Amino acid sequence: MLFSGRRKKFGTSIQTELYVQPLQFYGQPPLENISLSEFETFAVDRLKLLKTVENLGVSYVKQSEQYSKKLDSELKTLNFPYRSEVDDRKLPGGPSESEKRRKDHISHFILRLAYCQTEDLRRWFIQQEVDLFRYRFNGLLSKQKLEFLHKNNLQYDAISLKEKKELKEKLVSSTYAISGITVEDQDFYKVPFQDALDLVRTRKVYLKEGYAYIPHQDIVTIVLNDFRTRLSKALALTARSLPAVHSDERLQPLLNHLSHAYLGQDYSIQKNVGKISLEQIDSLSGKSFPLCMRQLHQALRENHHLRHGGRMQYGLFLKGIGLSLEQALQFWRSEFIRGKVDGDKFDKAYAYSIRHMFGKEGKRTDYTPYSCMKVILSNPPSQGDYHGCPFRHSDPELLKQKLQVFKVSPSGIVQIMELVKGMHYQLACQKYFELTHNVEDTPFSLSHPNQYFSESQKLLGGGGGGKELKREVDASQRSQENSSSRGFSAAQEAADSEHEAEMTKDLNAFFEDV
Amino acid sequence: MPSSDYDSACLPDLLPLYYRRLFPFYQYYRWLTYGGVQKNYFQNREFCFTLKDDIYVRYQSFSTLNELEKEMQKMNPYKIDIGAVYSHRPNQHNTVKSGSFQALEKELVFDIDMTDYDDVRSCCSAADICTKCWTLMTIAIRILDRALREDFGFQHLLWVYSGRRGVHCWVCDEAARKLSAAARSAVAEYLSLIKGGEDTVKKVVLTDPIHPFIRESLAVVEHFFPQYALQDQDILARKESVDKVLALVPDDVKKELQQDFQNEKKSDVRWKLIKDQARKKQSTAKKGQHFDKEIMLQYCYPRLDVNVSKGVSHLLKSPFSVHPKTGRVSVPIDLRELDSFDPFAVPTISLICEELDRPKTGEEEEKVEDATEKEDERDASEKRRIRGHNCEDIFADHLITKEPVWQSM
Ligand code: SF4
Ligand SMILES: [Zn+2]
Repeated sequence: MLFSGRRKKFGTSIQTELYVQPLQFYGQPPLENISLSEFETFAVDRLKLLKTVENLGVSYVKQSEQYSKKLDSELKTLNFPYRSEVDDRKLPGGPSESEKRRKDHISHFILRLAYCQTEDLRRWFIQQEVDLFRYRFNGLLSKQKLEFLHKNNLQYDAISLKEKKELKEKLVSSTYAISGITVEDQDFYKVPFQDALDLVRTRKVYLKEGYAYIPHQDIVTIVLNDFRTRLSKALALTARSLPAVHSDERLQPLLNHLSHAYLGQDYSIQKNVGKISLEQIDSLSGKSFPLCMRQLHQALRENHHLRHGGRMQYGLFLKGIGLSLEQALQFWRSEFIRGKVDGDKFDKAYAYSIRHMFGKEGKRTDYTPYSCMKVILSNPPSQGDYHGCPFRHSDPELLKQKLQVFKVSPSGIVQIMELVKGMHYQLACQKYFELTHNVEDTPFSLSHPNQYFSESQKLLGGGGGGKELKREVDASQRSQENSSSRGFSAAQEAADSEHEAEMTKDLNAFFEDV
Repeated sequence: MPSSDYDSACLPDLLPLYYRRLFPFYQYYRWLTYGGVQKNYFQNREFCFTLKDDIYVRYQSFSTLNELEKEMQKMNPYKIDIGAVYSHRPNQHNTVKSGSFQALEKELVFDIDMTDYDDVRSCCSAADICTKCWTLMTIAIRILDRALREDFGFQHLLWVYSGRRGVHCWVCDEAARKLSAAARSAVAEYLSLIKGGEDTVKKVVLTDPIHPFIRESLAVVEHFFPQYALQDQDILARKESVDKVLALVPDDVKKELQQDFQNEKKSDVRWKLIKDQARKKQSTAKKGQHFDKEIMLQYCYPRLDVNVSKGVSHLLKSPFSVHPKTGRVSVPIDLRELDSFDPFAVPTISLICEELDRPKTGEEEEKVEDATEKEDERDASEKRRIRGHNCEDIFADHLITKEPVWQSM
């Protein structure tokens, strides 16, 4: 570890001050210089941590026992602070608590650099950091929580007993786990509804004239809201200082790799362009499309139309499996004009958005096919929509019927429905894959509809695209097998090759304006 | 019905007249300046014009009332949309550094469209509406208007008929205009009870305790349900529609009800049977059994297009824009007379333009003997009333005089 002498004079005292508390708001950037290799380990470890947070959030109910157990063990293996009551005691050989807190602090700031660059990255980073923060805040003892609020100047107004009595019935029926008896012993805080959006969204709080009445047990929501707002502001500011980072040729590749790692493989780079003909799509959709895409394809063929959400999800998937822009235009056009849209209207109203998907219009960003996570978590289907993930968004009864139609055995259906019930949608989909491809224990873990497709093609001997398609699929399979570490190892290489020597990075320099 | 007088082929001839003599520019401008408290609030607002052949012209903006008027009279847009207030003048968005042109504020808006109710109305489908299903819009307005005022504390709500098959709401309070995208979507989700797409049978699931917002909304639905659902839509009469309702109750209850229904054909009695079953379940089961309420909500609760409300920069059809298909003007709806609001009585552009040309008639002339002409007269005065009352007074009542910042002017 290498500290530069430059900031030492006031560095140390602030540092120790910073790590007194088990949890912080990350208001202060680190003031020390660190070696590039530590820089890299910290970044990679935090990224692993955040990816775990993301995965657990999909597979388990947040804050459930299993969620906590898994997250705890990840925090422990990666040497992040994981149990708040532990003070600065040191396990033999392991890092001390304050070293862990230091790692928590510095690694957070490194990832800010990597994840401030685009809207998508920011959103992902904020989401995971907020979930992590929630978990850690909830793990604090109530004394520590109060200390935390106090330290960070978070003060909220509690309502009077009189008001509480008046609103008693409303408060009880807006708040889970609070009965009439406990209302009077509980503090309720009255805050503008904008400060408690998570509770408002889920209707878990009483709202009156623009104010949310938050029971003490839910105070984490306001704290989180605060955290989220601060973080998103800070990221916007960091993004502005980005030119400095961009011009740093040692840091730039490293940060880029870090930021690419979050999606695992992204299927935006078209490898198989033109390997698939339009005539093959019908048969491929039965054999190798995951259910979500099969459903979209069917709906499109039947209605000769798909609404926006469906066009995006399916269109990008098709792009990912190798349709060229010309093919895509032809494909959508020929289907739409069989419905209510005539050729003219298609060219005017829809062609644009298809060109857009291929980055040929508008901001010219090349859109990436949606991952399962994105399909499952964002933009749920509503009336008239066919997009989304059938394992997540279909009624269990309908899903069952559909599986029957697709000839899944009754015992298979039971297994799938069990997984769905436990909210393991991707595992359910993977089970469906195994059952329909007659394999046991697939060697991959499903995270992307396009991955489903390429895995299927691989098993079926690349029926769609002949040899070459197969080879490409192999290549992507290999990178997939490195689990999610494609980005990490690339980052490793970048760091290793260029900087074996102990180079130092003055982190604070990038946050000076913040 | 009065819409039969409108022929979309005439639109190019009617629009110039409409924009020259009828469009309420002054009130419109006063609304969008909000008392001139914030600098450039009107000047940085995006307008989008739709011209002939669906040509969209986005990022229009105007520096004065006069300019707005001149431009509209020159372009004669088929449709006008209103967008956000930006950091710079939208018509100069190409000249500012990319990234710094940003949508800052907009009214919080809601869009309710009858096509989203297709699975629960049998009278019409798609773009068609009739007076029966229009009740759904009345219910939607009652529920949302109450919640936006009482729960969220907003006061300046403008409800507008979309001109075809739905309604829009513009929440104009300063706090609403400043909401972030996240806050907008939280509000919209708080207000959404119907979840799921084509593949979801049961779209409303209630859990205990029932939130006060849902209770309030249920009270509205309960008021309309017997007449609207049981009589007008007759959801418990035909076999298929009965099956659809029974798909929403637990299996054991379903069997019993199917039997009971064999001897009982009357809709209201059938509904009472369902309610009795729900009550029975509630007293035995420990977990909430609210299928009667869930049915009512699934059939009547407003269906919001959340995406329209979420985005700050999302465009929404402007009040007083003409609907090119129906020719009807997007008029504000006066909530004091909501129950008698009739979308088919909203004037079409051809009708009001025609009225302009007609020589002024005095009171006594209403006594013309000719029966058909008398009919016409009544129609016309009816329409004038709607136009005069709704368009101008509502703007004045709800947006101008009641906005506190304007009272102090
Ligand atoms: S798990 Fe992924 S691939 Fe499977 S259906 Fe859902 S979204 Fe599609
Ligand atoms: Zn109807």
